[in-house]
Amino acid sequence: MSAHLSYGRVNLNILREAARKELREFLDKCGGSKAIVWDEYLTGPFGLIAQYSLLKEHEVEKMFTLKGGRLPAADVKNIIFFVRPRLELMDIIAENVISEDKMHSPRDFHILFVPRRSMLCEQRLKEQGVLGSFINIDEYILDLIPYDGDLLSMESEGAFRECYLESDQTSLYHTAKGLMTLQALYGTIPQIFGKGECARHVANMMLRMKREFAGSQTQILPVFDSLLLLDRNVDLLTPLATQLTYEGLIDEVYGITNGFCRFLPPEKFSKMQLNSAEELYAEIRDKNFNGVGAALSKKAKIISAAFEERHSAKTVGEIKQFVSQLPHMQAARSSLANHTSIAELIKDITTSEAFFDNLTVEQEFMTGVDTDKVNTYIEDCIAQKDPLIKILRLVCMQSVCNNGLKQKLLDYYKREILQTYGYEHMLTLNNLEKTGLLKPQTSTRNNYPTIRKTLKLWMEDANEQNPNDISYVYSGYAPLSIRLTQVLARPGWRSIEEVLKMLPGPHFEERQQLPAGLHKKRQQGENRTTLVFFLGGVTYAEIAALRFLSQMEDGGTEYIIATTKLINGTSWIKSLMDRPEAQAS
Amino acid sequence: MFYVTHNPYISEHSEKLLTSLILYLLDCRWSVHDDVILLWQDYVSDWTPEETVKRMQQGKVYSLEKFRSLQDKLLLLDEAVNAHDGNVITAVLIYLKKSLSKEILFRELITREIALRHYIHYLKEIGEQKLLLMQYRDHLNVRDENKRRDFLKNCLSFPFSPDDATHVQDHYTLLERQIIIEANDKQVESSGQADIFKKYPRKASILNMPIITTLYYSCFYHYGESDGTFSSPANIRKTFRISDKQFLLTCLGARAKLKAWFDVDALFTTKNWLGYTKKRSPIGFHRIVDILQKNNAPVQVLQDYVNLVEDVEQKISLAQKYKCHDVIINTYRDLKDRQQLIVYRGKVERSSSEYRKIEEILSNSVRLWGEVSPRYRSRICFPSSKLNLNH
Repeated sequence: MSAHLSYGRVNLNILREAARKELREFLDKCGGSKAIVWDEYLTGPFGLIAQYSLLKEHEVEKMFTLKGGRLPAADVKNIIFFVRPRLELMDIIAENVISEDKMHSPRDFHILFVPRRSMLCEQRLKEQGVLGSFINIDEYILDLIPYDGDLLSMESEGAFRECYLESDQTSLYHTAKGLMTLQALYGTIPQIFGKGECARHVANMMLRMKREFAGSQTQILPVFDSLLLLDRNVDLLTPLATQLTYEGLIDEVYGITNGFCRFLPPEKFSKMQLNSAEELYAEIRDKNFNGVGAALSKKAKIISAAFEERHSAKTVGEIKQFVSQLPHMQAARSSLANHTSIAELIKDITTSEAFFDNLTVEQEFMTGVDTDKVNTYIEDCIAQKDPLIKILRLVCMQSVCNNGLKQKLLDYYKREILQTYGYEHMLTLNNLEKTGLLKPQTSTRNNYPTIRKTLKLWMEDANEQNPNDISYVYSGYAPLSIRLTQVLARPGWRSIEEVLKMLPGPHFEERQQLPAGLHKKRQQGENRTTLVFFLGGVTYAEIAALRFLSQMEDGGTEYIIATTKLINGTSWIKSLMDRPEAQAS
Repeated sequence: MFYVTHNPYISEHSEKLLTSLILYLLDCRWSVHDDVILLWQDYVSDWTPEETVKRMQQGKVYSLEKFRSLQDKLLLLDEAVNAHDGNVITAVLIYLKKSLSKEILFRELITREIALRHYIHYLKEIGEQKLLLMQYRDHLNVRDENKRRDFLKNCLSFPFSPDDATHVQDHYTLLERQIIIEANDKQVESSGQADIFKKYPRKASILNMPIITTLYYSCFYHYGESDGTFSSPANIRKTFRISDKQFLLTCLGARAKLKAWFDVDALFTTKNWLGYTKKRSPIGFHRIVDILQKNNAPVQVLQDYVNLVEDVEQKISLAQKYKCHDVIINTYRDLKDRQQLIVYRGKVERSSSEYRKIEEILSNSVRLWGEVSPRYRSRICFPSSKLNLNH
């Protein structure tokens, strides 16, 4: 289940095993048969750490979802609540505990707070009069969850909103803590680079935490050569654009949660797990969608040929060998069938007029065409009452590419939106303004064209089938965040000082002392390993771009990616909407 | 002490002295005898909300801390409001702000207009206006439309930016009008007076719908009413400053749905000074055609509008899509494109009038056009894509 985590340069299985060990220890602390009552939000992330089989090994016999009223009957000795530290959940727990029939089924109660305990929550339990009923109250520090051999995520939905809208830096604290855990397992990271306000905060916290733990130095040979912390708001443009890689498109259209995707209409594969454990998926996930067809047909030929082998197998030995390969070949064939079907579903969408028109406008904005005028396509979409998030993505893109819109234009868009979708969306528009996504022009100077030219963000002849540059992930647009990462490795940020100054937030470099004797001696031609941490979210297309850089010949660096959340334009904008349930499309 | 606390005729002066003494002792952290403290608490805890408010009005010592439960706090607040003393109300509000969560306090204030006004004023005074902006969002919590309207009215005094303030004003005005329209229409519908409601019964209430949806509704059910009524399209257009484009598109959608083709016609027809009618539109006629087609307009109606599309490529493309034979034939005729006419002849029925028309044109073409090779080749294709997806 977790084999795919150890394939990469960094064995992320170590992290997963550490998390599993902690879980086992807690479960054993509550001896005897158990039932777990789950905060629904946690079931996804936990599924990446441990399956039911592990829980069963530790006498977990039943699992329930946390809800009000009375707990279901279960003949177990212990009831354990796995919850986030949220006040409203404490009230539900209190209800459960109070309505427990102590006479007939005396069960012991425990709580496991994920990722941290909270004074406020325990206080609330005390007020409700149930704090004393719990035997074990612990915290399970699940910060960074390994999603794949080179991908870690905190799955913190509110991180971007909290940091950039509400000036609440709690998630940055968790990030720093997560990085400390990582260093405890993989060694101190000698170099820290960063760009952005939040990056600066995280780095400061890390350095301070290091000082506090000065006594206990890890004696592990450092696996990472450097850490790069990037604020999402350094590159607001990339998440707004429609991703064009296979995995990116699946996320845009269907949404990938915790490595799973739900497909409609529910075909043979209504819910599918998507990670590099599946060979074919690992091959095609990061390709531009235009290159997927060719890859699938090539694979089809290989599989066909393999099945044809049975005709050429003559000796018993050869037949035996063929039969032993059969399960693998059958798995490959069903994987091919699945992905062919998925690719067809996606193709129906990408060949539609709506998709084409949308993409055309996106690319116009990205190349700086008419970003200061009312865009008729956007107008038409509003008039047709297309989904609000689609509209917001486009107007925000126009604003970002123009460094803000002229007041008159902004007012016009705002009025059209409010009149068509309702005045309550005023709050969302305010939020977008605060985060810099949709704002009035403050100065007449638009830096975006300069940034675009200097960093070569638009590559006219992007080769989608055999890419030679990261711009293939958006068929011409190189993600700004990844370009910055690329330039940092070679030739270094000194060469783009001017451009860096145009982007928000400070940029910096810090060094951390390594214990003597632990300095890495790099061999000739051996690659550096850099951990890139996106504060506020990262898209699958950006991940694909980093993987492209990793496998480039004489690229020099391999990348491990970490983030507060895996996002796409839709989920990202949604997190900035007020009361999204009340404002669906 | 005992005599002091239980003597209702204790003079104000003595009371002030007594309480000052106790407070001073407590302040100095002198161990004040437990009995003294108990007596003090006893003294203080006897005061009902009424008495407390009275004491506050009279400038006497009072204690709000004893009002612990939410219910008690609200009783206190209501009492203060009844006393009509602004200072007292504000003092109570300060206490509530300290001891209640933002959400709960605001939830309770929504229904207490006077207290809410004072609270807003207080927040402005201490520079915490931002709190108010967040509370605007709570209007979504108010289910009852009348209460929501009142809440929005209160929001008008919040320190929004001038732009946002206009939107909130519009929001309030809109809801106010929607309540009136809804009440009226509901009554008319149930009494069966108006045909339109019988033929097209309302599927949902108009309350809390966006303005454009409201306009559509108005164009559907109240078309042609004078701008004196709240429900007329003209009134809505004026009050909410709806752009010509939006107004046109919305009217078009509604009238097309009702298959009121004459009304649709009238939307585009203007008389110029010579008295000739001419069709004009602030949006491309291709958009009009799309909307009409979505509403199943008959070919004869569609044709007229396809004809008005300026771009020839687009015109032909639309005409082919919607089988407006006459338009295609006339266009090719005007372009003197023999070849295309021949091609198109193959697409129509042999016995149809279109076929005969093409035949006639072709037979006359040699005489009229001579051997002219077509200057124009129609290219029906989309602009080349940067993303070549059509493999």
